[in-house]
Amino acid sequence: MIRGAIRNLAVLSCFLIGAPVFAQSGGVLHFCLHGEPKTFNPILVDDEASENIRYLTGGVLIRLNRQTQGLEPGLATSSRVSKDGRSITFQLRTGLHFSDGTPFTSEDVAYTIKALMDPQVHSPTGDAFRSGEGAIEIKTPTPDRITISYPARVSGLERLFDQVAIMSAHSPKKEMAVLGPFYISEYKAGSYVELKRNPNYWKRDSQGHALPYLDGIHLDIQRNRDIELLRFERGELQLINRLDAESYKRLEKDYGSSARDAGSGLDSDFLWFNQRPGAPIAESKRSWFRTTEFRRAISAAINREDISRIVFDGYAKPAYGPVSPANRFWFNSSLPAPKHDPQAALQLLTQAGFRFANDELRDKAGNRVEFSLVTNSGNSVREKMAAMIQQDLSEIGIRVSIVTLDFPSLIERMTRTFDYDAILLGLVNTDLDPNGMMTVWLSSGENHQWNPSQKTPATPWEAEMDTLMREQATAMADKDRKKKFDRVQEIIYQQQPFIYLVNRDVLTAVSLAVLGAAPTVLSPPAFWNAEVLQLHPPTELGAQK
Amino acid sequence: MSFMRHIRITAALTLATVALLALCAGLVTPYSYAHQFRDLPGAAPSAAHLLGTDALGRDLLSRLLYGTRLSLFLAPAAALLSTLIAGVLGAVAGLLGGWRERFILSIADLGMALPLLFVLIALRAMLPMDVAPLASVAATFLMLGLLGWPSSLRVVWAATRAIRESDFLLLARSNGSTSLRLILRHILPNLRPVLLAQFWVSIPVFILAEATLSMLGLGVMEPLPSWGNLLRGLEDFSAITANPWRIAPVVLLIVVVVCFQLILPAQEELA
Repeated sequence: MIRGAIRNLAVLSCFLIGAPVFAQSGGVLHFCLHGEPKTFNPILVDDEASENIRYLTGGVLIRLNRQTQGLEPGLATSSRVSKDGRSITFQLRTGLHFSDGTPFTSEDVAYTIKALMDPQVHSPTGDAFRSGEGAIEIKTPTPDRITISYPARVSGLERLFDQVAIMSAHSPKKEMAVLGPFYISEYKAGSYVELKRNPNYWKRDSQGHALPYLDGIHLDIQRNRDIELLRFERGELQLINRLDAESYKRLEKDYGSSARDAGSGLDSDFLWFNQRPGAPIAESKRSWFRTTEFRRAISAAINREDISRIVFDGYAKPAYGPVSPANRFWFNSSLPAPKHDPQAALQLLTQAGFRFANDELRDKAGNRVEFSLVTNSGNSVREKMAAMIQQDLSEIGIRVSIVTLDFPSLIERMTRTFDYDAILLGLVNTDLDPNGMMTVWLSSGENHQWNPSQKTPATPWEAEMDTLMREQATAMADKDRKKKFDRVQEIIYQQQPFIYLVNRDVLTAVSLAVLGAAPTVLSPPAFWNAEVLQLHPPTELGAQK
Repeated sequence: MSFMRHIRITAALTLATVALLALCAGLVTPYSYAHQFRDLPGAAPSAAHLLGTDALGRDLLSRLLYGTRLSLFLAPAAALLSTLIAGVLGAVAGLLGGWRERFILSIADLGMALPLLFVLIALRAMLPMDVAPLASVAATFLMLGLLGWPSSLRVVWAATRAIRESDFLLLARSNGSTSLRLILRHILPNLRPVLLAQFWVSIPVFILAEATLSMLGLGVMEPLPSWGNLLRGLEDFSAITANPWRIAPVVLLIVVVVCFQLILPAQEELA
């Protein structure tokens, strides 16, 4: 009897010890990577698949909260940027360990930063920190404190650390020892990446429960989006990070609330005219393309609402300018909403000396206004947009020839031969800060596509933009930076060097079996809060009607 | 035999009907193939739009008929061009032999070894941008015709070799006929059945090649319709199951290609 009671007590105590304090749902979340990860080394990441893995496995000193768009402490409890913007000091958390048990100290941060800034390594993440000639200086007075000094001011320094996953200086596992919520337990090339919960992850929820809740994440490598959608519908996947409008519409129809629209995103589609002086295009065309009224007229003649409604099934919003309203801080809300107004377009063209008669627009010299609009072949969305622009512009007498080219040929024309009239493309924007767009807005920039790599600014407004962009990059207070960048947005709105068309919505799919999902517009939209995601007990995989 | 004859007559009549409808597209449908009814994107068939509208609200029947006009008339033109090239080069190679034969056959082998699609993509990228859509489509078919002859050449060359040692050629040679005269007056007329067969075989091949190019967005430019770019609307399988009338271009393409294949033996027999 006593022996039985002891046995029962032992079983009970084993159960109590074994059970987590908080009944974690556990389980393994399944979703897809859309390509093979090129590297697991966090400082060499340059592709989306690797970036997703870095996000899930890497521990960072400062984390950008994808929902609030504010910075939050990560491995560092606090950070302080010097007045000259060249140095940053971190106070680190103590008692933390990498996934393999190696302790975390300021030495690891120093090791990571040195590797990041090593010119031999060619780290794409490190490029953002390279502000001037000279070496960086790192001081580690104590194991929980580090000061990093750069040769020149680095704009938005704190925010850049969101991309820097700290590596261990001493672990024999090198970059495979991580500080993030998950670690890589298995990788089969071309097939899958298996992540497991990091037992040493430092973060706890508001109740003090260890995070992450999930046991692991299984990432299938699947390039085919149709198969991914099919597998989600079958219940084999519980999450799709990004969906196109057509798939989203289908999913919304069949699976209702599994389809999640996070709202207008940062990505934009736009067109621009070739204004480069030496480009092999007719002089008359170059003259039109350099006329502000011409570009503004084109912008006014395009019906962005129709493009959003027809091409994107309503899952896009007419674009105001280079900054999407989704970028809460940097968006200039004083800019007027884009308006479709063919009459205003014709007025602008008349002011600039064009004549509209017999449904044809002609310039002062009597040349018929016509140009080719190039876009990449195989992209049905852009081809539809081009067809709609073609019809819109025909209403003001402009004849547009649509040319679709394979991507390498398009890039060749865009960057080397400059043999094109206008190009319709899109920009995937992951950076909230305008400094990420310096090469686009500076007249000397390679990505200043309408007239790249200028020795001196070709126009007064480009000169003003150069000044403003440089000033905002060196200004200390965000308020001052915002004021200057607001003016840049105004100039772009007035001059229309890029004619922005739409900001696509960020569309995701999350199974109802997943608890805690809150898709956002910032990348990664569907699993940015993977550490607090749970699978609903009893786990019902996949989409639920 | 009688049954096959009926089949061929039916195929010919079907082709003639399709061609007639395409030629009279303006009478059959009141809409332009390019006009976008933006309030009716992806509409189902109705009295106003018998085959519904495409994703941009364009009348599908208009696009199908105008697209048929392009595909059905430019493909034979490309087939004629490629057959003529194959006929002349094949006859020269087969008749003259020696280094000329080896040279021409090597060029043909090289042509067959090159992946046609990639060559077409490269040539398409070199075309000037400011060409009208109609000129662009003509250029596409011209490229198809200029690049599509090597496989026909092998057939023509083999047929020429078969008649190279024939008595009538020996007689013509002994009468002092030049090589050019031999080719034009004696060889090509005798190759007529082979050339006709190659011509009929090439038509559906070029129709399908244009369809493939347009499927990749490299064929006929918007807003001109062709069977190829109409087929692009069928990429999304779920859209087809929801809107089955959208397979009309596929049905027409299959019908036309099959009809061309059915007519082919008749030509051989006539010869």
